[in-house]
Amino acid sequence: MIRYIKIVVFGICLIPLGILLSKFFGPHPFDMSGWGLGLGANPVEALEHGFGDWTLRFLLVTLSITPLRKLLQVPSLIKFRRMMGLFAFFYGCAHFTTYLWLDKFFNLHEILLDVAKRKYITVGFTGFVLLIPLALTSTAGWIRRLGGKRWLALHRLIYAAAIAGVIHYLWLVKADIRKPLEYGAVLAVLLGYRVVVWWMALAKRRPMPVASTEVVTGR
Amino acid sequence: MLIKNASDIRSSEITPQNVYLNRRKFLTGVAVAGAAAVAGRGIKELMLPSMRASAGQKIDGIQKSALSTTEKITPYNDVTHYNNYYEFSTEKEEPASLAKDFKTRPWTVKIDGAVKKKLEFGVDDVIKFATPEERIYRHRCVEGWSIVVPWVGYSLSELIKKAEPLGKAKFVEFITKYAPNEMPGQRREVLQWPYVEGLRMDEAMHPLALLCFGMYGEALPNQDGAPLRLVIPWKYGFKSAKAIVRIHFTDSQPMTSWNLANPPAFGFYSNVNPNVETYHSQAYERRLGEFRPRQTQMFNGYDQVAGLYSGMDLKKNY
Ligand code: HEM
Repeated sequence: MIRYIKIVVFGICLIPLGILLSKFFGPHPFDMSGWGLGLGANPVEALEHGFGDWTLRFLLVTLSITPLRKLLQVPSLIKFRRMMGLFAFFYGCAHFTTYLWLDKFFNLHEILLDVAKRKYITVGFTGFVLLIPLALTSTAGWIRRLGGKRWLALHRLIYAAAIAGVIHYLWLVKADIRKPLEYGAVLAVLLGYRVVVWWMALAKRRPMPVASTEVVTGR
Repeated sequence: MLIKNASDIRSSEITPQNVYLNRRKFLTGVAVAGAAAVAGRGIKELMLPSMRASAGQKIDGIQKSALSTTEKITPYNDVTHYNNYYEFSTEKEEPASLAKDFKTRPWTVKIDGAVKKKLEFGVDDVIKFATPEERIYRHRCVEGWSIVVPWVGYSLSELIKKAEPLGKAKFVEFITKYAPNEMPGQRREVLQWPYVEGLRMDEAMHPLALLCFGMYGEALPNQDGAPLRLVIPWKYGFKSAKAIVRIHFTDSQPMTSWNLANPPAFGFYSNVNPNVETYHSQAYERRLGEFRPRQTQMFNGYDQVAGLYSGMDLKKNY
């Protein structure tokens, strides 16, 4: 059963990609006169932004799995956490590739300047780089190799990556910070939940030192 | 079906309709579902009249200008459906629909401050003060995209001369419409409202500085700054104030909206300059309709303004 649900969810997660790419190569909404016009007057920008949006959304979805399985009491949601995280990484790769290729045309000078000097790029780049080890160690084999505790510690990097993503968005807008603040508010709730859980576990542990791996690992 | 390249057509022939038909034919390298697009094209053309309904009235007696570029003109629909107009929305696709009901008549333009004659005109009189010229200019946004637009208007200096500025008038301030009930973007304090822009006197008097009331041979569409706007082609787009209601002459540098919002990123001068980064690199730009970025030119290629800034350090005064 869960296998079929996984296949369906996998398909759903590919919908944004399908929509963005079909529009990117598809005709203009007004006159159908050629390449790339389905995303409007500036298709490269729209594609870059679209992938950026979905990177951040999938990071937030990944972070909401643990709270949701507790609150809704659907423990099996954990089976989707890795997939969501990998989709965040996938859209991040698409975002970065769009930037490297269609935005900068592999102009190394401009790219290095961006990463070094434009602080919103520096932060976005940091967020993306933090996701790489998480994607690489996402397999059961790596959990075994690292050991549960170390693996968990490593994967807390996703908090930093998500924070970096929000700051990246906040710093790149010119004046209207409403949307990055909305994402930031969701992230604050998701991280706040963890702080509360951690704090409660700490309070519980003090009188009765039972290692509450249940809470810590989210398992 | 006739599809000419826009570059085959002289500016004198530009009418909204053929601009519309001369769609870009770039990037043949990218595979497109050709048959589907051709089939779709017929349907889209049937829908064409209603989509053009927001376009304005044809302007008569437009003269050509030697200041025009011969570069390929950006399609009408891209220019009208992709632009920054924060009074309506911070999304570039939205002003087209949100500005539909914006009222541009009656509309008065006040000229005051350090002038001999304080004046007040209806916008339709202002439009008639000089022969309308078509000026095909490059237009570069600070966000890194650019367009080529056949604006209609006359040199701003023509209007300024009428007010006879006094010697102490060193700057001109352009104050634009404040109408939060018609301009939904003004209901939030994204920028300081009303939007204010400014130029130094000699910049404002430069023949390239255009007082604009039309484009593509027609009156300006609401989303592009109707009924009256500036076009300052050697500066980033936000310097070209839209929906102007008051022109104020002063002896001190005006506080402009973007400069107030983020002083380090948006300087008062904001000349197009590939060597100075604002909130990001300005070395390259993407011309709408083109795939590869092109190099941005100093003063957006309008070298004739360089004299205005001789002796100034443009890295400091950006
Ligand atoms: C965790 C990783 C990242 C996340 C979550 C992320 C997210 C986003 C988001 C949400 C946007 C705004 C989209 C919109 O306006 O609708 C954006 C824009 C952008 N991102 Fe990222 N991003 C990440 C990494 C990167 C990296 C590694 C680069 C390049 C080195 C990059 C370059 C850009 C650029 C150039 C823009 C457009 C800025 C503009 O148009 O002014 N991002 N990103």
